[in-house]
Amino acid sequence: MALMTFIQAIQEALIEEMERDPLTFLMGEDVVLAVFGATRGLYERFGPMRVRNTPISEIGFVGAAVGAAMAGARPICEVEFASFFYCAFDQVCNQAAKLRYMSGGQAKIPVTFRAVYGSAGSAAAQHSETVYSQFLNVPGLKLAVPSDPADAKGLLKSAIRDDNPVIVFEHVGLGGLRGEVPEGEHLVALGQAAIKRPGTDITAIAIGAMVSRTLAVAEKLAADGISVEVVDPRTLMPLDEETLLASVAKTSRVIVADEAHLRGSAASEIAAIIAEKGFDLLDAPVKRVASLDVPVPFSPVLEQRAVAREAAIESAIRELLGA
Amino acid sequence: MEIERDKLLAMYRTMRRIRCFEERVRDLSIANEIPGFVHVSIGEEASATGVGAALRLTDRITSTHRGHGHLIAKGGRLDRMMAEIFGRRGGYCKGKGGSMHIADFALGILGANGIVGAGLPIATGSALAAVIQGRDDVTVSFFGDGAANEGAFHESLNLAAIWKLPVVFACENNGFGEFTPAQTVTSVADIAVRAQAYGIPGQIVDGNDVVAVHQAAAEAVARARRGEGPTLIECKTYRWEGHVVGEHAMIGTGQYRERAEIEQWRARCPIARMEKWLTERGLATADVFEAVAGEVRAEVEAAVEFARASESPDPKEVAEDLFV
Ligand SMILES: Cc1ncc(C[n+]2csc(CCOP(=O)(O)OP(=O)(O)O)c2C)c(N)n1
Repeated sequence: MALMTFIQAIQEALIEEMERDPLTFLMGEDVVLAVFGATRGLYERFGPMRVRNTPISEIGFVGAAVGAAMAGARPICEVEFASFFYCAFDQVCNQAAKLRYMSGGQAKIPVTFRAVYGSAGSAAAQHSETVYSQFLNVPGLKLAVPSDPADAKGLLKSAIRDDNPVIVFEHVGLGGLRGEVPEGEHLVALGQAAIKRPGTDITAIAIGAMVSRTLAVAEKLAADGISVEVVDPRTLMPLDEETLLASVAKTSRVIVADEAHLRGSAASEIAAIIAEKGFDLLDAPVKRVASLDVPVPFSPVLEQRAVAREAAIESAIRELLGA
Repeated sequence: MEIERDKLLAMYRTMRRIRCFEERVRDLSIANEIPGFVHVSIGEEASATGVGAALRLTDRITSTHRGHGHLIAKGGRLDRMMAEIFGRRGGYCKGKGGSMHIADFALGILGANGIVGAGLPIATGSALAAVIQGRDDVTVSFFGDGAANEGAFHESLNLAAIWKLPVVFACENNGFGEFTPAQTVTSVADIAVRAQAYGIPGQIVDGNDVVAVHQAAAEAVARARRGEGPTLIECKTYRWEGHVVGEHAMIGTGQYRERAEIEQWRARCPIARMEKWLTERGLATADVFEAVAGEVRAEVEAAVEFARASESPDPKEVAEDLFV
């Protein structure tokens, strides 16, 4: 095991995969100097052919990544803030997601997108949104949301090797999070949830940055004798329903914690699946913990009120347990 | 540049194949034998043909909703295209794409596309892949005058220019985007001048003159292959038929152009024009043209029979082909 930050883990994954496959290359806005740090030093290491600063031109370079993937390369395309995907929605949702299916299985589109999402603290609504739910309703995309350094590395490596379009959403607040990462080749399969903390009284399914928040809450509640099982789906598509339902079978109570706006969130989808397939397992209604249905506000006071964090997770758990 | 007789005759045949195929598709659509929308490029065959003839097998193209001609010019098989248009399992996309989405990756046809302008970034990326792979394959993006007003057009030209990518942007200016005359919604009379904004060559050609198109395309492709970057070619042409077959179901009795204008352009038929050109140079005679027309008709009929004989997809196939 090696102790490292979330960003360092991502960088390791990028370096290992770029060394492994000469057809991988990096493109995005300011990937040379690296706004969030993960790609720093890669230009010096891999050179201008394989590490490319793009113009601020999301339709152009996102589409070019899709085209390059269709034509046999393996692009890793960084979209800075995930909200910028809105500018390139067509290329992701109409092209990358659909062209394999529409071509009757001819197209192979091994493109990986990385984007930073989530509430950063007074970045306001266009730089704070949790946007993976917007892609959840588009068949043809895989969506990964790592919650710690080990998963950040393992999921990204799997994403890059996957022959389908994968978007890896990295929470803006997790960059400095430290954790143990297994040495050597470390892959996390897409579609495998993880029990981040075993428990018996209630299942808390948490996505992305909500995982560490839920773990903190679970630790606190343990002092009150409440045992929370924290389950991280790790990928939203494919979704490991089996592991989620098995945990619910054990605890009979479940909350789903998601930083996205509540309406139409990934939490909503997971809650629906549990209601549909796990109704008999439940002793209480499924509870979603998600952010208010308003754009993420700027003022710290308002942002704190709008974005779901530890307090919301704790009260949801207490409410379901009547504790 | 001198073009060999064989190549000229091949281009003639390609135009005939496109014309005959699309006339048949149009009629089958009117007869309700084909589901969905069909957009034909009748009258615009020279641009697809002249460009396609400048490409080799490993070169790639992206196409549009009006793409049958591009696909045929890149070597697409008429029978599998027709079966796809019928929505049958024997079609190129097993019935999952239809007229607007035919692709043949083995031939470098990265697909027709239902989204106006979407092919340009993809072609740009395809060209980037060639560079990454160290290959000298060229990608051509076909698109219409309408697409030249999409952000995707501008972003792609810029990206291809700064990275000197081996891509040729082939604009077929047929005068209309749906039912809106291009000149009423486009800031410039000639889309080719937009190349200047991106520091790349822009060239206007008579899009009904297959020889002129081919010469321009061959030059642009050679330039791209040498690593000298992208070119924008604007082929001035005209859409004889409606935007979509049966367009009056959409616009009722509304008119957006004069009959006389259509007639003027019909008089500039690219196929008739090439026949005249070949005849004048003593390269072919009427019996050659008739023979080609006959062979092409038979081929298109065989394609229709192939499509009719092809089974519909099994509903169980609905979940297939989403992921690798
Ligand atoms: C993004 C997008 N906007 C609008 C449409 C609807 N539409 C289909 S074809 C077309 C006209 C396109 O004009 P042009 O690019 O000149 O091609 P042409 O049809 O003339 O061949 C439009 C607006 C679409 N398919 N995609």
